[in-house]
Amino acid sequence: MSAAKKPPKGDGLLPKELVESWSKIGYGLGALGVAAFAAGMLGADQARFGAAYLVGFMFTTTIAVGALFFVVIQHLTKAGWSVAPRRIMEWLSQGLIASAVLFVPLVVMAPKIWHHWMGEHAAHDQVLVQKQGYLNQPFFYARAIVFLVVWALLATWFYKLSREQDSTGDRKLSDKLQVAAAPSIAALGLTISFAGFDWVMSLDPHWYSTIFGVYIFAGCLLSSHAMLALCIVRLRKDNIGGNLLTVEHQHDVGKFLFGFVVFWAYIGFSQFMLIFYANIPEETVWYLHRWNHGWHVVSMGLFLLHFIAPFLMLLSRTAKRDPRLLAAGAGLLLFMHWVDLYWLVMPNFDEHFHFQWVDIAGLLAPVGVTAAWLSKRVLADPVYPLKDPYIPEALKAENL
Amino acid sequence: MADAHDTHESEVVLPEPDKGELWGMMGLFDTPADLYHAAEELRDAGYKGLDAMTPFPVHGLERALGLKPTPLPFLVLGGGAAGLASGIALTWYVNYDYALNISGKVPFSWHIYIPVYFELTVLLSALTCFFATWALCKLPTFFHPTMRHKSFPRTTDDGFFLTVDATDPKYDSASTRKLLEKLGAKEVEEVHS
Repeated sequence: MSAAKKPPKGDGLLPKELVESWSKIGYGLGALGVAAFAAGMLGADQARFGAAYLVGFMFTTTIAVGALFFVVIQHLTKAGWSVAPRRIMEWLSQGLIASAVLFVPLVVMAPKIWHHWMGEHAAHDQVLVQKQGYLNQPFFYARAIVFLVVWALLATWFYKLSREQDSTGDRKLSDKLQVAAAPSIAALGLTISFAGFDWVMSLDPHWYSTIFGVYIFAGCLLSSHAMLALCIVRLRKDNIGGNLLTVEHQHDVGKFLFGFVVFWAYIGFSQFMLIFYANIPEETVWYLHRWNHGWHVVSMGLFLLHFIAPFLMLLSRTAKRDPRLLAAGAGLLLFMHWVDLYWLVMPNFDEHFHFQWVDIAGLLAPVGVTAAWLSKRVLADPVYPLKDPYIPEALKAENL
Repeated sequence: MADAHDTHESEVVLPEPDKGELWGMMGLFDTPADLYHAAEELRDAGYKGLDAMTPFPVHGLERALGLKPTPLPFLVLGGGAAGLASGIALTWYVNYDYALNISGKVPFSWHIYIPVYFELTVLLSALTCFFATWALCKLPTFFHPTMRHKSFPRTTDDGFFLTVDATDPKYDSASTRKLLEKLGAKEVEEVHS
């Protein structure tokens, strides 16, 4: 009933100063990342750097996959409210192109990272011999290529058509994206699940959990929404995005973020409870490695800071609408997402929980390269889809 | 509220409207937009006891009426906390009172009771939400003074009513009526309980 709202005036581009400062941060992180990578590769403990790099690679890749998932699902459901947040997620999904390149060091370090099943001793391990049909190197790399190519192509294509619509405003482009969204969502669901099995679960090749892929997927959604919430808070601070990026849209993203906090905990607990309750040694050993020798601090930290604290922080309506509270919750979740991946990977390399500087180097390298790539790729583009046919719907979004 | 008519009631005619205590004033609007703007005007004029009756939800009307946010979320939070506490108390008590060794777990291994905590939290939240909604809406209410307005049935069809509570400090029979009529209200009437 309120007066008709209009989309923001102008070309939708980020202000020059912001582009400059963000580029500086992006390229700065890039330089830092390359330096960290060199230091890690030349460092004493290359196996440790390989593991840390895998954690960092999974960190940037899961955020980008989650972002791509968001983009696809908005098209699939013909969502109206999400026009401006969708563009930010399209930006984040471009990180998948960097991920395809960032996988190369993993290939180089593979014998050190996945040595549990790639090493010599695997030939004498009865369990691994039986798993060879799936867990062998040619098939492993072929799958990795499929995952990375599918992601990079989908991210590029969904963004390309969205950018095309910025100039033409062609309704047919939306239809095309909506039709493509259904098979894309299936492809994404399968690829991220199997990527989780291949890259993370196979670090402990005797152990298996059918829900593991969903757990990685939950991390994708949570981390990408945390990143989106941070971006929205920052853009709204300078009132960029106008009527398309109001407190109502921020509130909606906050609700998703809160929901995925619960989803992550639900999946994590589902995996834990079945294993804990059934008490079968070949399954419980995975949690035992994450409980003994100091790892219980990280395990309990995950429970308290990845679930309880953000749950209570983001529960109220006030928190989702307050930029500072939402950013605090999102920042905490982003950090805890890294801890979560660290907790999945590191106990396979070190029975004792020892934090080392190479762990940070392994994070900085992929984050820096992805940040620099995103600075180059997206910052000059409009911050919302300029002529999306759903803009009138997005303008009307409100939370009662 | 003894009413002379109660003794010899006819089938549809309610008791005379001017016999009970004054409840407030009602004005009828034809469109949701008229209602919305009138509500804004009255809210800005300082009226606190506003309410509206519409055949369908009108977006943003609660802001135009200046309604306070509902305390429901806090009640539900309290219900959920009580559910969680009762879940912990229940599982702790049965373990303490009659400890059973099940698949080698130590007594009161709280991990396996998380589904119990979750279910009781959800159950008490949902029940609190349901019953608190009834209580806050004063349900069930079988009669309300606004029903005396002869066009009241139109609120389920094509009528949009704005009501002003007589307990509102700004309420004044003459000036409130004048303001409502100026804003386009029809059939402005005072209703009594």
